[in-house]
Amino acid sequence: MSKANKCGLFFTSYEQEAQLFPSKFQKICLGLFLITLCLCPYLLDTYIISLFNLIFIAVIGAVSLNLLTGCCGQISLGHGAFIGVGAYATGYLMQLGLSFWLALPMAGLITAAVGMIFGIPSLRLKGIYLAIATLAAQIILEYIFLHWEGVTGGSNGLPVDSPQIFGFFLDNDISMFYLLFSFAVITTLAVSNLLRTKPGRAFVAIRDFYLSAEIMGINLFAYKLMAFGVSSFFAGLAGGLWATYSMYITPEQFGIGLSISYLAMIIIGGMGSVLGSIMGAVFITLLPEGLSWISGSLSNVFPDISTYLLGLKEGVFGLILILFLIFEPEGLVHRWRLIKAYWKLYPFAH
Amino acid sequence: MEYYLHLFINGLVVGSIYSLVALGFVIIYKATKVVNFAQGELVMVGAYVCFALTVQAHIPFIWSFLLTLAFSVILGLCVERLVLRPLIGEPIISVIMVTVGLSSVLKALVQVIWGTQIRVYPQVLPNEPIMIMGLPVAPVYIAAFVLSALLFTIFSLFFKFSSLGIAMRATAFDQQAAQSMGIGIKNIFALSWCIACVVSSIGGIILGNINGINSQLGTLGLKVFPAVILGGLDSLLGAALGGLIIGVLENISDGLAKEFLNLGGFKEVASFIILILILMIKPYGLFGSKEVERV
Repeated sequence: MSKANKCGLFFTSYEQEAQLFPSKFQKICLGLFLITLCLCPYLLDTYIISLFNLIFIAVIGAVSLNLLTGCCGQISLGHGAFIGVGAYATGYLMQLGLSFWLALPMAGLITAAVGMIFGIPSLRLKGIYLAIATLAAQIILEYIFLHWEGVTGGSNGLPVDSPQIFGFFLDNDISMFYLLFSFAVITTLAVSNLLRTKPGRAFVAIRDFYLSAEIMGINLFAYKLMAFGVSSFFAGLAGGLWATYSMYITPEQFGIGLSISYLAMIIIGGMGSVLGSIMGAVFITLLPEGLSWISGSLSNVFPDISTYLLGLKEGVFGLILILFLIFEPEGLVHRWRLIKAYWKLYPFAH
Repeated sequence: MEYYLHLFINGLVVGSIYSLVALGFVIIYKATKVVNFAQGELVMVGAYVCFALTVQAHIPFIWSFLLTLAFSVILGLCVERLVLRPLIGEPIISVIMVTVGLSSVLKALVQVIWGTQIRVYPQVLPNEPIMIMGLPVAPVYIAAFVLSALLFTIFSLFFKFSSLGIAMRATAFDQQAAQSMGIGIKNIFALSWCIACVVSSIGGIILGNINGINSQLGTLGLKVFPAVILGGLDSLLGAALGGLIIGVLENISDGLAKEFLNLGGFKEVASFIILILILMIKPYGLFGSKEVERV
């Protein structure tokens, strides 16, 4: 098998082709990358570590949304609310006295159930109608967050405890780094593996053309519901982690803006690609930080700029979304593939 | 009972504005199959431009009203040419997201230029309430209702009888066939965005006269979805009726929730619960055309 790696990859069996990392070089690179990330808390200051933590949470959310929208073709405008369900469920269960390690998976299951309920219309609805149905889910859930005060604390918000392991509280950025990092890796691996199995290929078949998929013997309703369930489960995990990391949650954090920024992540990263979701999550999470940095350095030249910052952030976000859709509709992952292809043949043009 | 009658009339007025916004939405969807998530922001931009002309530039209201309409035409042309035309033929989620991006940009522009506080229009209509069925109703409410009824009549006649309107209907029915009969599809697309911007601006100006405006006005655009789904995504009559019905249902269910369940702010969510019910029972709405699939 190793002989085949001399000039490109030549697969001789389906198992080889379906491997997550077909070459030894890829495995080594990935291992080195993960080890470097593990060392980061010792090398960088806490502000950058907190950015890493936000990125890890965003990666979990984006990968799960990409499974539903990018791979299965079910547009969801309610992902932000599903993340909120996970956050509130984790917070409430922990207030009831459950440990974090029990509350988080249970919150994931609760979110999966909620997601599947709102996924039921997907049997009859497609495309824009489903998008509007999930928009309704978003707004109804947001209303519940605000008004079910016994559970969610209403507009006052809900304080959440830090997770505990062997008697230690994970209450600072560095300890949360390892928790969030491992969950991000687990989610990414789980979703990548799911896509290699029968359900994963069924999702892609449904996305590409639902009628052909049904003719091939795929049970549309079961697989669509499953996509909603699995996607919402990971969204619930992202929400639970977000709740324990920020230690305080309020309804407006899980508004329609969050749903839209997750959709933006998968579009900017690349629809239907796990790597793309990660790239998009990094991009969208760092975007406001980059803007703050730029406006900070511009404030010497234009002193009033900070008053416009809020509008500016939203405007730049919208502008980048439009520009990506017009000029790079395949997303960052496509550009990355082009770069790799260029270096594969360098210095020959063909 | 009088309380509910009052809610009903209020609902009709709010509903007539929903209808106007829904009209713009339906015209765009009918001609171009684009779902416009920036409809509420178009309302907001129109309202702010008219506000700037009357209050900040001291132009008489009627002139600033007409100038705002002219501005809306230009805005519609720019949006269609710069944002939507490059995306013809792209998947539906890209088209949805580009209008979402557009709404962010428009909202940001309004916030940067006019700030976020509430702005109030000068008094245009007399303040004296008019009595209808024993209830006092402000003239501006009646003007809102009459104006939107008038616009609906004009557009229905336009689509029924004018050659341009017929061309738009032909495009909506079958783009390729229309093109082969010599209809300029691109012009039709641009025209439909212009009309949508104009009716949205009128809706925005009416709203500004009733409540004043702030930079959160764009959230009104979300209310369009229940209205157009109830009426049918591609039906003008549906948009008119859907807007009115949603406006009334929303107000009355809000009143009921307040009285019997002690729930505040039910207005925000009532129309979306109705929306889910409509989607489950009659997904193509009252007057929408069914997409028939035969295998």
